[in-house]
Amino acid sequence: MMQAPLSPADRLGRGAVAAAGVLVYLFLYLPLVILVLFSFDTSTINGWPIAGWTLSWYQKIGLDDALLAALRNSLTVGLEAVSIAVVLGTLAALAIHRYRFPGREVFLFMATLPIVLPGVVTGIAMLLFFHFFNIDLSLTTVLIGHATFCIVVVLNNVLARLVRVPKELAEAAGDLGANALQTFWHVTLPSIRTAVLSGALLAFTLSFDEVVVTFFLTGRDNTLPMEIWGRLRIGFTPELNAIASLVIAVSVVLVIASQAALREQA
Amino acid sequence: MSNVPVSIELRHVARHYGHVAAVNDVSLSVGRGEFLTLLGPSGCGKTTTLRLIAGFETPSSGEVLIEGRAVQHLPAYKRPVNTVFQNYALFPHMTVHDNVAFGLRMKRVPSDERRRRVSEALSMVRLEGMERRKPAQLSGGQQQRVALARALANRPSVLLLDEPLGALDLKLRRAMQIELRTLNREVGITFIYVTHDQEEALAMSDRIAVMSQGSVLQIGRAEEIYERPTSRFVADFIGETNLIAGRVVSVADGVAGVHLHGGQVMQAQAGGAGREAEVTVAVRPERIRFAGPGETTEGLEGIIAEAVYLGAAIQYVVQLPDGSSVTVRRPAGDEAPRAAGAAVRLTWDPRAATVLTS
Repeated sequence: MMQAPLSPADRLGRGAVAAAGVLVYLFLYLPLVILVLFSFDTSTINGWPIAGWTLSWYQKIGLDDALLAALRNSLTVGLEAVSIAVVLGTLAALAIHRYRFPGREVFLFMATLPIVLPGVVTGIAMLLFFHFFNIDLSLTTVLIGHATFCIVVVLNNVLARLVRVPKELAEAAGDLGANALQTFWHVTLPSIRTAVLSGALLAFTLSFDEVVVTFFLTGRDNTLPMEIWGRLRIGFTPELNAIASLVIAVSVVLVIASQAALREQA
Repeated sequence: MSNVPVSIELRHVARHYGHVAAVNDVSLSVGRGEFLTLLGPSGCGKTTTLRLIAGFETPSSGEVLIEGRAVQHLPAYKRPVNTVFQNYALFPHMTVHDNVAFGLRMKRVPSDERRRRVSEALSMVRLEGMERRKPAQLSGGQQQRVALARALANRPSVLLLDEPLGALDLKLRRAMQIELRTLNREVGITFIYVTHDQEEALAMSDRIAVMSQGSVLQIGRAEEIYERPTSRFVADFIGETNLIAGRVVSVADGVAGVHLHGGQVMQAQAGGAGREAEVTVAVRPERIRFAGPGETTEGLEGIIAEAVYLGAAIQYVVQLPDGSSVTVRRPAGDEAPRAAGAAVRLTWDPRAATVLTS
């Protein structure tokens, strides 16, 4: 096909759209890029231009026991919250998809509420709850807090997939002699596997970065974002740039993996 | 059918959704090895009837019997029937081989026999060499064959087919119609076939059950359904037909004289119609002929409003004095074509027309 020559006004318009696009991405990612660059800066006072390049801040993380403990706590809480979320979220999605029970709509709405509610509200509500029952704050209470929104992420992901799986697949399995359990194992689960995986990865990312709910529910042990935030109040060290860069790297990998898992069976 | 053992029997089966009856008091029986087609427009209950036999639906009332055993409360996986779905419903994450082997795996058939029966089923539908492919790598026609092989591998006593050819193009559909019919004769499996395509039904079936609004209106061989419809709906749905209103003025030896609106008295098979009944006379366009000059004083007088050359036939639309019109189809070349505007007298053999009371 022949491309019609662009008029000057068209060219200006296209240029403006492209510029706007670039600005949006700069707005989103420039702070992150700068943070990552500073994590390699030899100077303890971040300033432009960068004084010199070093990996020493990354080495320092390895020697910082408190930071490592916080990282370990975050990983533990994240993995446990995701485990709970995968089981409960998937089961809830299957129930909502399969059965028409009274209060189904309400249940679905209530299940998605934790992700809509501001973290402050969830945090305070759960804090009051734990106080009421005299439960001491610890990583367990943080885990319960994280599980609430992780369940929703998995539930929504799996439900969105289930809607797209033709119902005839399960019927065909039954028609060929598979009972309910065999149908689930051989047909339903393979159809939703990647949606569960992508939901789990996304949920882990959310848990790993979570601050607000954690703030209300944490006891003596800190998660990584809490540790970083706590240190920022005392004074900034470039080590925090390094740890933040690592968090960004892990998050990006997980989100990309989650998207890839979704695309595989789209 | 009486000397053939019964394969499937429905006794007063109904399926209600709230106040709506999707299937309403359906009774029918299908002989072993028979090819029965459930034919009707969308929403007539034919697919629901099939699903009641397959076990995907439970009847609100009535009994479903397979080989003499009441199965209406058995789940699908315990019934000796297999289904070919309209959209094929192949398992997308499994290869062709695994799809076809699925039923045998569920029944714990030993692996060497399983392999043999899978390749047997695939050769039946002429898909050898496709075992390693995924369904997404196959054409629509090939997917359809895999669905068929998947069902056949289980050697069901009854095969249920829900518009299995609906997604295929015309040429492929014709070829598959012949293949399915051959398969039915060769393997002796009972086929229950759902379609809304009357030509398909006429071409393939031993018997056709015409359904409308959840009920079976008429069940019989293709010729019976076509030549002797018992209701306006069946006459109209199967093929083309002229429906002419009138009143019965005489009945003798199963032949009724019907005073048609328009003045003339014509003869037709009486069916159950009695004298003075207000009825409809159904007559196929190809069974009407033009009376020769002086041949008869009976028959419908009219004027040819339109003559369309169809190749094998010429189709005329004849305007009657009362304003209604009748379609007539005559083989091309047998007689001199009539031009629009010509006055004609239409007549037919009394056996070619049927009196309908409903």
